[in-house]
Amino acid sequence: MSLDLSPLDRELLRGAHGGGAAFAMRLLVRFAEAVDAPAFIDIEGSHVDGCLYHGRASLDFAERMVDLGGKVRVPTTLNVGSVDLIHPELFRGTKEHAENGVKLMRAHLELGCAPTFTCAPYQSVFRPRFGAQIAWGESNAIAFANSVIGARTNRYGDFIDLSCAMTGRAPAYGLHLTENRVARALVEIASIPDEWDLERLAVAVGHTIGRRCGGLVPAIVGLPSEVSEDDLKALGAAAASSGAVALFHVVGLTPEAPDLETACGGRAPELRVELTAEDLREAARSLSSVADGAPLGAVSLGTPHFSLAEFARLMPMLGGVRPVADIFVNCSRATLDELRKRGWEEPLRAARVTLIADTCVYVSALMRPGVGTIMTNSGKCAYYAPGNLGVEVAYGSLAECVASARVGRVVRL
Amino acid sequence: MNAPTFDAVTLVPGAASGPVLKLDEPLSFWGGLDSATGTIIDRSHPQAGANVAGAMLMMPAGRGSSSGSATLAEALRLGCGPAAILMLERDAIVVVGAMVAAELYRLACPVVLANERDWKTLAAAASLVVEAGPNGASISAGL
Repeated sequence: MSLDLSPLDRELLRGAHGGGAAFAMRLLVRFAEAVDAPAFIDIEGSHVDGCLYHGRASLDFAERMVDLGGKVRVPTTLNVGSVDLIHPELFRGTKEHAENGVKLMRAHLELGCAPTFTCAPYQSVFRPRFGAQIAWGESNAIAFANSVIGARTNRYGDFIDLSCAMTGRAPAYGLHLTENRVARALVEIASIPDEWDLERLAVAVGHTIGRRCGGLVPAIVGLPSEVSEDDLKALGAAAASSGAVALFHVVGLTPEAPDLETACGGRAPELRVELTAEDLREAARSLSSVADGAPLGAVSLGTPHFSLAEFARLMPMLGGVRPVADIFVNCSRATLDELRKRGWEEPLRAARVTLIADTCVYVSALMRPGVGTIMTNSGKCAYYAPGNLGVEVAYGSLAECVASARVGRVVRL
Repeated sequence: MNAPTFDAVTLVPGAASGPVLKLDEPLSFWGGLDSATGTIIDRSHPQAGANVAGAMLMMPAGRGSSSGSATLAEALRLGCGPAAILMLERDAIVVVGAMVAAELYRLACPVVLANERDWKTLAAAASLVVEAGPNGASISAGL
């Protein structure tokens, strides 16, 4: 298929909008050819996952864009960086890593990106509208924007999310197009463990669909209608970790799935998955690498970043005995400001909570070496922490995490 | 006798030659390639332990996280990346990584789309030469 360039695309390539935009457009043309997109479309916004320092090439890329005088052409938010710029003293990695991490974050700010440094930009003032064409990086954010909001993005990543932001253009393929957004897998929740809260159900369902649906968009039937936005956020994050899920529908709940017929675009699903209470228990169990009762090093909450509503759930759990294990909570700097306004920061600290902004425990060097087992209520953190941090993990509900921190071992409620 | 020449499609332009390293399965550069050495570190990969540095890397398709683009660009920057990449399926992650290295460091790692019917013959060669220009690419067996 040949690529059809608009007059704007040609201007961008020619350098009429600056050298940074021209560089970005050259990359986008190659990318579009590789994914067989016929043309580009305008986007309303971008979320760039480029601030986590992995090596010199990413920093050179961002700094080249700065040297070329580049500026983003659409409102652009930033995903987490390597360093908490609000609490830089918490970083335990090498000085060189910290310096390069900060340089990378600053270079993106010079390009005109907003200093959000959060993996939950959809719970900020930058939340996109239904139907908006956007170019987002960060797997959980992509899943949430597509599924819960009904905005439209593919799974963009390295260099390409920023290139879309620098041009305001994205290749017209995949989930930007209506026909690719219909469900092709049907996931039926046949039974749910009686003792479970919705938070745990969401994580177990997400973890399972990631593993079992491959590249097919799933439609989920049988999820109770009381699930919260934060439950759906946890579901998407888990599904986008154990698999490549970029869009899921929950029939009767998410905006493109008022009923099963609409969610599937009138076609029969290619794959049917039935989940029983026992399947879900097994999925939750598989997220823990240690036995119940194991000694606990720390608790990590907020992967993706904790929302204000999640803090509101946590606060009443913190009264009583002070935990013996540290509780780390990752959140955006905007949420941190809200906590301060509400006077919640002090009671959190008093309950042994360390607030982390701008970054996240599972991608950066924030915990003491040899911390031991980490407990989390996040399917995503449980999935990645063993590989990223070399730790053992226990997965549990928010209440179980707090109860476990209090006694310093993995407790089930 | 002249070595036979095979047509290919240019995904990223450039010219390169080197010994052949054929992968039996797609490789995710992210988590699968050590950019500092060029060694394949995905322990479940059939070619685990092999080194891609300077090789004409034949991988039928790409796989895995988009973070693979930065891993490839970083390996090329450090001189530990492949000399060229030959594929049977277009892959955006590979293309972007090679393009970024070309733009930032003037390091050409051509990426070409070969024909399936030629794949076995190409894999049997000890070395290959790739010339990938804007109007098409050619692959020939080296001496």
